[in-house]
Parts: sequence; structure tokens; C-alpha cells
Amino acid sequence: MNTFDLNLSDDLFTIEGCNADEGEKLLRPHTTFLKDAWRRLRNNKIAIAAMCLLILIALYTLFGTMICGYDPTKMSKEMNQAPSLKHWFGTDKLGRDLFARVSIGGRVSMLIGVVGALITTLFGSIYGSVSAFIGGKVDAIMMRFVEIISSIPYLIVVIMLSLMMNDSGVKSILLALCIVGWCQTARLVRGQVLQLVNSDYVTAARTLGVSNWKIILRHMIPNTMSVIIVNLTFRIPNYIFSEAFLSYVGLGISSPDTSWGSLASAGKENMFFHPYQLFFPALMIALTMLSFTLFGDGLRDALDPKLRR
Amino acid sequence: MLKYILKRILYMFFVLLIVTTITFFLMHFIPGDPLTAMVQKLPEQTKINYYAKYGLDKPVYIQYLVFLKGIFTQGTLGESIRFPGRNVMDVLQKYSGFSSEIGLVAVAIGFVIGVILGTLAALKQNKLPDRVLGVIAILGISVPVYILGTVFQYLFTVKWPLFPTLGWGTPAHKVLPILCMSFAPLATYTRYMRSSVLDVINQDYITMAEAKGLSFSQVVRHHVLRNSILPSLTILGPNVADVFTGSFVIESIFSIPGLGSYYITAVNDRDFPMIIGCAMFYTAIYVLSLLVVDILYVIIDPRIRLAQDK
Repeated sequence: MNTFDLNLSDDLFTIEGCNADEGEKLLRPHTTFLKDAWRRLRNNKIAIAAMCLLILIALYTLFGTMICGYDPTKMSKEMNQAPSLKHWFGTDKLGRDLFARVSIGGRVSMLIGVVGALITTLFGSIYGSVSAFIGGKVDAIMMRFVEIISSIPYLIVVIMLSLMMNDSGVKSILLALCIVGWCQTARLVRGQVLQLVNSDYVTAARTLGVSNWKIILRHMIPNTMSVIIVNLTFRIPNYIFSEAFLSYVGLGISSPDTSWGSLASAGKENMFFHPYQLFFPALMIALTMLSFTLFGDGLRDALDPKLRR
Repeated sequence: MLKYILKRILYMFFVLLIVTTITFFLMHFIPGDPLTAMVQKLPEQTKINYYAKYGLDKPVYIQYLVFLKGIFTQGTLGESIRFPGRNVMDVLQKYSGFSSEIGLVAVAIGFVIGVILGTLAALKQNKLPDRVLGVIAILGISVPVYILGTVFQYLFTVKWPLFPTLGWGTPAHKVLPILCMSFAPLATYTRYMRSSVLDVINQDYITMAEAKGLSFSQVVRHHVLRNSILPSLTILGPNVADVFTGSFVIESIFSIPGLGSYYITAVNDRDFPMIIGCAMFYTAIYVLSLLVVDILYVIIDPRIRLAQDK
């Protein structure tokens, strides 16, 4: 069968297109998870607008008093003035500049929101994941405990703690909100971890002999992180809301300290005569809530494309 | 099913007992008691007599046992210390009705309308109704209920006097409080329903139902709604509790003779029996709504089997 003997040798051929070396070459820059999420987030105009608004609010609460140049606690003869060029948000019944006061109050509100959300999310995540990871009886008991804690009316805990700690300030409110608040996160994280523990790739990793620690580091944490971060952004406005509620009822931050809730509460009294005293703190609460919610929505879509709707 | 419900009810009482116990001990660890303010200027012996009368001179655990004995043998929660003669059970019976009425009606309205609006928004995704509903939903979750209450009161009673400003009695009195309190649940359910309906619409069985020739409304009613309502149901239980907490302010804004004001005064006065009574009431409402949600689950989604129902 030597009819087709064309005398072909290797050097007559050249490789076109991909060759052995270039097959491994990266044509596009390597993207990390975070870069990818940021790219998705950047395309979401609403989320970006909300983020900018949040930054503005944060700047306002930090530097508001410097911008307007008034001392938030200094009283003056100019009482109950409507918003003007001199006093941008008007003044309250003691003649204090509301722009400065809303800024100072915002610090307390934001502090409670951010710190409260951080603490509860951290504790709730640890509790939930431990419960799911161990499973069985321990899980059942731990979850029953969560159920019982979360059915105590939180108002009663808040009031009791503030009385026990002998001050109705930031600390006691934070503690009280945290004691009840971690349950929801614990449930959420437990659900997520349970799902992961039973997922195929974790089983595969187990079968391959990957150690528990490595599974936790490589699979559990990265895969629950997005849920936790999104939960965090939704918790912050929740705490701001709760603090405002407590202060509004008169159980939260009390004078001379102030927060958006207690400013709104003070404004309520004069609402029919000087509606702006209620309007500005209320506006700040609503704006913060709004931007955190919208930003959280965007973040969820960006971090977890599976959830995108 | 029946066995499961009975078991859950038993469990409910267990939770109630634990919460009561925790509340009881927490309460007694607070410095001060209901009598401190009252007996300050009284002679020493009168003071001692007063403390003895209410059993406050005994150790906490004995007080606790006495309290439990009262519940189990006579079904009584005791008498208010601050307002002698005011029986806690009577106060609960008399005033919890008002709170429950506006609270439950508000959640019910919010749920029903929220589910309808959410479905509508999802079916018209990215069209005008969706956008409008999205704005309403976002407003609903970002405006606190007390601010809404104050603004509504101003708008609908002062500016346009459509409803009575304060008080309780005629149905017209109930409109504004219920409206305020149903706004936040409405917004929450609209958001939840929108996303879950969008999820369900793309499922194969919906295409299948359409291919079978079912009309649009049949598909929505029998297939879409039933499958997408579960996430909204899940938050119904905690939501009831939230709305009841919010009712404190709404009650005070509209001067409704509900339980909220009694609770807050009781806590400020350290009126132990009243605090326990109110805390028990709110816990019971919460646990009961969780039970109702669990039963609704099974009715709506036959795939969900009750854990113990084998």
C-alpha cells in the first residue's frame, strides 16, 4: 500500500491558530469575584445613585456642623424659625440650629445602625453556621433557643436593659437591639449553610479527602459571604428604624444627646405650627432607609447573580 | 394533621411559659420596684406592710412560684400594683381587643393588597404599573409608621377633614390607623410577591399550563399565585409581631384605647403584674400567628408535609 507515499515529513506542517503554548495564555485580564461583582454593580444605575446618596448622608452626618458653622447644642433667641439662608433647616424651640442638630443626630442613628448590624450579623452568622454544621440534636436545640428568644417582645428587653444600665443612651439601645436582633441572621445563615453542606460540590470535596477546615475556608465562607453582606445592608436601616421608633416613643436617646428619632419626636409636638421640625429628621430617616434598601437590592443582584430577578 | 396542631399548641404554651419566666426574672433584676415611688414618704412599718401585701418582701423564686400558682389554680395574672383594683386579666380582655382589631385588620389588608399588587407588578414587569408600584413599595418600607401616622393625621383631619382626628368608636375612627399600619406590610408583600412571581412565571409548568390552553386568569390563579405566595407567607408571622409593636405609636397618635399605652406606662411604673400580662399577650399573638402560618403552608402547598405528620 505504498501508492500514496507522498513523503510527508513533520516540518511541512505548521500549526495555525492556537498552539500548545498559547492554549494556556490568558487573553483577558483575570477577574476576581469582587471585580466581577463591582462590574455588575456599576451597571446598576439605581444602586450607584443610592450609594452616592449614602456617601453624601455619611459626609453630612460627619461634617454637617462644620459646614453650617453652628453649635448643635447652643441655644439662641431665634426660636422656631422657618428654614432660611441663615438657618438652612430652621431652628427648634430652644433656638438651636436644626441643620447642625440633624447632622449630630444622624451620627447616633448611623452608629447604632452600622454597629448594631455588624455585631448581630457577626454573631448570628457564627451561631447559624455552627448550628447547621454540627446538625442533629445540637442543631434542633440551638434553633429552638432562637425561636424562644425571638418571641420575646423586644421592647421589653430594651426598656429593661436601659433601666438596668442606668442610662438610656446609645449603649443600652445597642445592647438591647443586638440581644434580640441576631436571631434572624442566624436562621438565614443556617439555611444557607445547610444547603451548602448537602450540595454536590461539597460532597465531592469531602470524597476527595479535603479537610473540614479547607471546606469551610474554600466553600462555606465564600458562598455564604454574599448572603451575609446583603443581609447586613438590609439590617442597617432596620436598626436605624428601631432606634428611631424607640426614641420616638420616648424610650430611646434622651436629651442632651439626640438622634433622628428623638428629633422627629420633638418635631411632632410642634408639627401643626412648624412642620419643618418634623420634616427634616423624617426626611433623613426616609432617605437613609431608601438608599440602604436600594443599594442592598443592587448589591444582592451583583453578588449573587442567581438571585437576580 | 390534628396531632401536629395539638403538638404545636402544647409547644406554644411551653414557649409562653419560658418567655414569661425570662420576663419575670429580668423584671425583678431591675433596680427599683413598683412600690419605691409610692412608699417613699410613708413610715417604716407601713412600708413593710405594703411590701408584705404584694409579696415583694419574699425572695424572687418564691414570688415566681406564687405567680405560677395564681395562673394555674385560679387563672389570674394578679392585680395591678400601681392601680389597686385593676385586674390584669380584665385590662387585657378589655383593651387587647382594640389593639388586635386594628393590628390584624391592617396586616390582613396589607397582605391581600400586597399580594395582588406584587403579582400585578411582576406580570407587567418593567412597564408603567411595575415602575409605579415599585416606587410605592420603596416608599412604604422607607417611611416609618409614626411619621406616616402624623402626616396622615394632618392631611386627612386638618387639611381635608374627612375623618375624625382622634378617638375610637365609629368605623370612621378606624380608617386612618388601619391605613397607616397596613402601609408597611403592603409594601413588603408587594416586593416579596413581585420577585417570587417573576421566579415562578419562568418555570416549565407555567408554559405547560399555557400550552394546555388554560386561560390567563386560570394560570395566574391556580398556578402562579399558589406557587409564589410561600415566601410572603413565611414573613407573615414576624410581620404580625412588627405591626403590633408599631401599634404603640399609632395608638398614641390617634388616641386609641389599646393595650400599647398600658404596656408603656406599666414598664415605666415597674408595675410587675401588668408588664407580665402584656408581655404574655404579645408573645401569644406572635406564637399563634406562627402556628397559623404553618397550617396555611400545608393548605396552600401540598408538597410541604408537616414534619411530624407521617
